[in-house]
Amino acid sequence: MNVLLALLVGLLFGAGTWLLLGQRILRQVIGLGLMAHGANLLVLLAGGLRGKSAPLLANPGPWADPLPQALILTAIVIGFGITAFLLALGYRMHALEEDEG
Amino acid sequence: MNAAAAPVVIPLLAGLLCAVLQPRRLRWAVSVGAGVASVVASVWLVVLSHAHGVVVLRFGGWPAPYGIVFAADLLGALMAAIGSWVALCTLLALLAEPHPRFDPFFHAGWHLMLAGMNGAFLTGDLFNLYVFFEVLLVASYFLLTLGSTRRRAREAFPYVAINLVASTLFLVGVALLYAAVGSVNMADLSQRISSAPPGLVQPAVLLLAVAFGVKAAVFPLYAWLPHAYVLPPAPVAAYFGGMLTKVGVYALYRLFTTLQPVRGPEPGFVAVAVLTMVFGVLGALAQEEVRRILTFHIVSQIGYMVFGLALGTPEAWAAGIFYVLHNIGAKTALLLVSAAVEAAYGTGALRALSGLGHAHPLLGVCFAIPAMSLAGIPPFSGFWAKVFLVQAGLSLGEASGVAASLGVSLLTLLSMLKIFTNAFWGSAPERERIPALHYAAVGGLAVLSVLWGLNGRWLWDLAGLAGQRLADPALYAQAVLGGP
Repeated sequence: MNVLLALLVGLLFGAGTWLLLGQRILRQVIGLGLMAHGANLLVLLAGGLRGKSAPLLANPGPWADPLPQALILTAIVIGFGITAFLLALGYRMHALEEDEG
Repeated sequence: MNAAAAPVVIPLLAGLLCAVLQPRRLRWAVSVGAGVASVVASVWLVVLSHAHGVVVLRFGGWPAPYGIVFAADLLGALMAAIGSWVALCTLLALLAEPHPRFDPFFHAGWHLMLAGMNGAFLTGDLFNLYVFFEVLLVASYFLLTLGSTRRRAREAFPYVAINLVASTLFLVGVALLYAAVGSVNMADLSQRISSAPPGLVQPAVLLLAVAFGVKAAVFPLYAWLPHAYVLPPAPVAAYFGGMLTKVGVYALYRLFTTLQPVRGPEPGFVAVAVLTMVFGVLGALAQEEVRRILTFHIVSQIGYMVFGLALGTPEAWAAGIFYVLHNIGAKTALLLVSAAVEAAYGTGALRALSGLGHAHPLLGVCFAIPAMSLAGIPPFSGFWAKVFLVQAGLSLGEASGVAASLGVSLLTLLSMLKIFTNAFWGSAPERERIPALHYAAVGGLAVLSVLWGLNGRWLWDLAGLAGQRLADPALYAQAVLGGP
C-alpha cells in the first residue's frame, strides 16, 4: 500500500509538472491542482497507514493518525480557494479589454 | 487575551470589517486605526518578549506539542513590529494619493496580508506557518491583480504559479518532517530532530530551504521578483518590497537556527548569499527606471541578510537581524519616494525625469538619506549594519565573502547615484504637487535610518539578544513545551 501510494504521489507530481510547463492557462491550473493533491497524499503517507479504526479510546487499536487528516483538510481548503482564484484570474485575462500599457 | 495574538487578530478583524463598511471615511478611519493598533500591539510584544523571553499562547489551552501554539520570541516580535510599521506607513501613502485603479476592497487585502505576515512571525507551529504563508500570499495575489488590465493579469500569473509551487514544496517538506519526527511543533521538532533518521530529515530541510528561498528571492530563485514588483500600483510595490521577501528571510532564519542550526560558516550557503548580492546589484545597474532599479536592489540586499545567517554564529545572526530591520525601513522609504514621483509625474523612467531636487528639495532629502543608508555610508543605519556584518565575517575568516559584500556596496552607491543624478539633478520640471501626508509616510520610514544610525546602540543590543536566544533552541523549546 505504501509503495502504491508513493508511486501515485510521484505520478501526480509528474503529471502536474508536465501540465504546468504547457502554454495554456487552464492546463497550468490543473497541473498546479494535481501537484497540490500529490502533496496532500504525501502528508497522509507521512502519518503511516497502519491504523484502521477512528482514534477514539472506546475503539480498539491500532488507531489511524488523526493529525495528517486535519492537516490535509486545511490544505485542501486552501487549495480550493487558490484554484478558484486562479480560474478567476484566467477568466479575467480573456474577459478584460486590452487598455493602457 | 494573550499579547502574542493581538498583532494577528487586530488586522484580521480590521480587514473583515473594512470589506463590509460602506462609508469611505469610516473605512479609512478603521483601516488606519487598526494599523496604529497593530504597531502598538507588536511593539508591546517586543517589550514583553525582551523582558520574559518567549511569549507563548496555547490555543484552547491544549499543551504543546498537541495543540497549536503562538511563540513570540524576540526575533518574531521585532519582525512583527517593523512589519506593522511598514504596513501603516504605506497605507498612509495610499491615503495621500488614492490610486484610481483601487476599489474599496484593497483595505481588506492590506490587513489580511499584515495578519498573515504577523502570524508567520509569531507562530510556533510549522504547519501553522504554512497556513499563514498562504494567507499572506493570497492577500498579495489579490493586491497584485486588483483592478488590473488584461496584460497585467497575464504578467501576474507567473508570480502566482511560482509561489504556489514553492508552497507545495513547503507542504511536502512539512510532510517529510512529520514522517521523520512525528511532530509539526517547532519547539518539539528542534528537540527531537537530531535523533530522527537523516534520510528523511535532510530532504525535508532542503525542500523547506528551497521553498523559503523562493519566497525570499535568493539566488538562483529570484527571477520572479523584479518582474512581479513593477506590476502593482507603487505604494503596493513598496509594501511588497519592504516586507514580502523578508517573511521568507525570517523563515530561513527560523529553519536554520531553531530547527536545524547552522554552526559556523557553511561554504555553500555563504556562496549562495554572495551570488545573491552580486547578481541583484548587477541586475540593478542594467535598469533605467527608478522602481526597477530599486526592486533589483531588494534581491541584492537579501544576500546580506542570508550572509549573516550563513556565518552561523550568534553575533553574525544578530548582525543579520539588525540588517533586516534597517533594510526594511530604508528600502520601503525609497520605494515610497518612487511612488510619490510616479504619482506626481506619471513616470519613473530616468530619462523622463530631471530636477526633482529643485522642485521638491524635501523629497531629495527623503531619497538621499535611505539611499546612502542602503549603500552603507555613515552616519546612517546601513553603515552600522554593514560594520557588524563585516566584523562577524572577518572574525570567522570569511574574507572573500566580506570583500564581495563591500564591492557590492560600492556598486549599490553607484546605482543610487545614477538615480540621484538623473532624476534629482538637472533642470527643474514643471512643478507638480506632492501631498504632505506622503512626506509623512516616507519620513516615518526614512527617520529610522537616521535614528538607528545616530543612536543604534539599543537596537544592536536587542538584535544581539535575539541572536543569542536563537543560538539556544533549548530555551525556546522549554518555554513552549514546559509548564502549563
